[in-house]
Amino acid sequence: MSLYFKYLLILFKSQMQYRTSFWLLSIGQFFIPFSIFAGLYFLFERFGQIKGWEFFEVALCFAVIHMAFSLSECFARGFDTFSSLIIKGDFDRVLVRPRSTFLQVLGSKFEFTRIGRLLQSAIVLIWALNNLPIEWSILKALTLFFMITSGVLIFTGIYMLAATMCFWTVQGLEVANIFTDGGREMAQYPLNIYQKWVARFFTYVIPFGTVNYLPLLFILGKTKGDEILYMLTPLAGSLFILPCFLVWQFGVRHYRSTGS
Amino acid sequence: MKVYASVLKLRLLIGMQYRSAALAGVATQFFWGFISIMVFEAFYEFTAVTPPISLKELITYIWLQQAFLAFIMLWFRDNELFDLITSGNIAYELCRPTDLYGFWFAKLLAQRLSSALLRCYPILLVAFFLPKPYNMTLPPNVITFILFVITLLLGLLLLVAISMFLYISVFVTLSPMGSLLIFGVLGEFFAGLIIPIPLMPLWLQKIAYVLPFRWTADFPFRVYSGHIAQSDAIIGVFIQLGYLLGLLWLGKLALNSVLKRVVVQGG
Amino acid sequence: MIKLDSITKSFKVAKRSTGLLQATKALFYREHTIVEALNDISFTINPGEIVGYIGPNGAGKSTTIKIMSGILVPDGGKCSIMGFTPWKNRVEYVKNIGVVFGQRSQLWWDVPVIDSFELLKDIYNVPTQEYKKTLDLLIETLELKDIINSPVRQLSLGQRMRCEIAASLIHNPQILFLDEPTIGLDAVSKIAVRQFIKTINQEKGVTVVLTTHDMNDIEALANRVILIGKGSLLYDGKLEELRKRFGTHKTITADYRKNTISIDIPGTTILHWTPEHAVLSIDTEQILTSDVITQLSNKVDLIDVTIESQPIEDIIVQLYKEFKI
Repeated sequence: MSLYFKYLLILFKSQMQYRTSFWLLSIGQFFIPFSIFAGLYFLFERFGQIKGWEFFEVALCFAVIHMAFSLSECFARGFDTFSSLIIKGDFDRVLVRPRSTFLQVLGSKFEFTRIGRLLQSAIVLIWALNNLPIEWSILKALTLFFMITSGVLIFTGIYMLAATMCFWTVQGLEVANIFTDGGREMAQYPLNIYQKWVARFFTYVIPFGTVNYLPLLFILGKTKGDEILYMLTPLAGSLFILPCFLVWQFGVRHYRSTGS
Repeated sequence: MKVYASVLKLRLLIGMQYRSAALAGVATQFFWGFISIMVFEAFYEFTAVTPPISLKELITYIWLQQAFLAFIMLWFRDNELFDLITSGNIAYELCRPTDLYGFWFAKLLAQRLSSALLRCYPILLVAFFLPKPYNMTLPPNVITFILFVITLLLGLLLLVAISMFLYISVFVTLSPMGSLLIFGVLGEFFAGLIIPIPLMPLWLQKIAYVLPFRWTADFPFRVYSGHIAQSDAIIGVFIQLGYLLGLLWLGKLALNSVLKRVVVQGG
Repeated sequence: MIKLDSITKSFKVAKRSTGLLQATKALFYREHTIVEALNDISFTINPGEIVGYIGPNGAGKSTTIKIMSGILVPDGGKCSIMGFTPWKNRVEYVKNIGVVFGQRSQLWWDVPVIDSFELLKDIYNVPTQEYKKTLDLLIETLELKDIINSPVRQLSLGQRMRCEIAASLIHNPQILFLDEPTIGLDAVSKIAVRQFIKTINQEKGVTVVLTTHDMNDIEALANRVILIGKGSLLYDGKLEELRKRFGTHKTITADYRKNTISIDIPGTTILHWTPEHAVLSIDTEQILTSDVITQLSNKVDLIDVTIESQPIEDIIVQLYKEFKI
């Protein structure tokens, strides 16, 4: 863990060598989701609701998933851009060092400019929370925290799956965007507005539903039945990263026997 | 003219080599299309007021957006040109016996054409055969279709003319980041790519109608579905032409003036 | 220290197809060809040796290095390095080795070199005391003092390579694998790098295995060479032996008083001739060098004679030709 922070530090220093571009990109990261959020706001201005959900409820959902996305893009960027590591042959370097491949790949790159997106979604989060009549409890606050962290883990898991694909081919990797960018776009609305098959896929296969929908019901007090179950779903969703981890290990083993 | 044709041919050939990337792109765009349609479907389901554009028209609008993404995205950029300008290697480009504005215009046009040609067929084809209500529908009549083709192509030329300013601005700022940001975010929003322009609040619609961006995407797509009447569409074509000529003239002027500075500074 | 026993490795290479139809087919089924990268490679390297590992491109040098450094798992054979099998227990094993890939950098591009070193210290868990000692030694022997605080991107290629090698020695490895350490360097930098490799070998007793295409590296550093071609071991022994066995040509350059008669001597070939100067190539299997000089002095009035052995470079080229690799 301390090594991870050392990686963080050295790459932060590197980034600071290019301050202007850092600021510009950060501002860009602030405004891109901003325009998406503006679109969402205008739609609510016209329609008033979406399948019974109010604007601030959806805004909360939006904020959670965008925060998770920006954090994962910042801290798990090494897996997100893993194909470049493979193409340049730098993965060999990772293998001759006495640390886990997971940690080293994670530490190979950070995207600090995502601070812009994080800030934007944090503002939306605060705005939404201020306008929602939520009866706060420690459990609810914890649930909100778990929603974001589990979201980060799910996104990281998807990056890892895409990265594993690089051991076989580096072409057509854009497909992973369906689950990262697409997943983010989809999960900014509560999952039950979609068709059943979409909702099911994104609950049981890629568990975005466990971080943005089910626990949201709990926080907003819309649950029917056992509240604790709803509260625990983000933790279940974070288990998604475990099979991804195994798949990654399998990929590394494949690489070491083929070297391609 | 021959030079431009060969640039296009080369681009198409290069584009063909990235088939798997194109396939992946198609799959992604499909997903996006589906997600946006479902979101609008949910908004429309319990709405109290009649929206200014029907869901059917909106669905066609979205599929056209996805199919012709390469025609309408401002961030779809050529990093080679940026490098050329920022590194100062532009001097070599000046040695070529072609008009720089025309040459770049052709290059950018070719990139978008080749990318769209590779991607639009599968999306359109599948979109037509999707189950209701997700399917795309044919335009109401032949004349509308012809008008759509004309407005789409004019829209493409207009978009390339707008994007030329992006490259020209880099001569001054020396970093593409800022311009890309402004052009990307504002252009995308006012072209109706985030939410369709008819669904915007009225005050915002007024702004969008004045700016050139919506003529590249929003306009042709609504001509297709018949949301814009034929008579209005014909007037629109003239407005497109007006914008196009104006922007071409301005762009050439701007490029010549920044190039003069490059020459004076010695590149 | 290093022992390879019948290591074999083959790769499956997918046949690339170009047409659209073939490409679609390739999505479901791919034709493969098996390429034998290494075929029954065995050798032993003792502590403190510097071994040059040579062969033409694609001979299997990099594959061997990758296997020895634990990156690749071979198909068959045994390998024992310092008691470890490299591809098992990767994490434990790689603490003991240093690897330099000449064409790739292990330093962080935008920060001062010293920052990279500090991070490597943490990656390898080197105790601070030991790190300081090693660093001082490295700075001194590699003359890094002036460059250690500049970002890597500002360094010349030669300076960078010195830092690369230093970086792979931070954790005091006992074995150093160098994959083309002098590639792309200018003459001065090459000499500096060679000098340094020699120094650490002598002072720290580090065992060095290096691959290179520059035979001057081998001549300056390695008293032992291992030659492979097409995945097979072709020669393993002293460089001098190699020269004796295969370097059967010498070149004589002679200056003499103006003379127009023929200087044709059996067993030699005239490479260049003017009435005052001649260059002859001698096949030492047919005629002794001293005999050539005797015969020459009988024919012409010699002023100056120089004899050169065949450059090792030529011997290698000749070897490659002979083995058809």
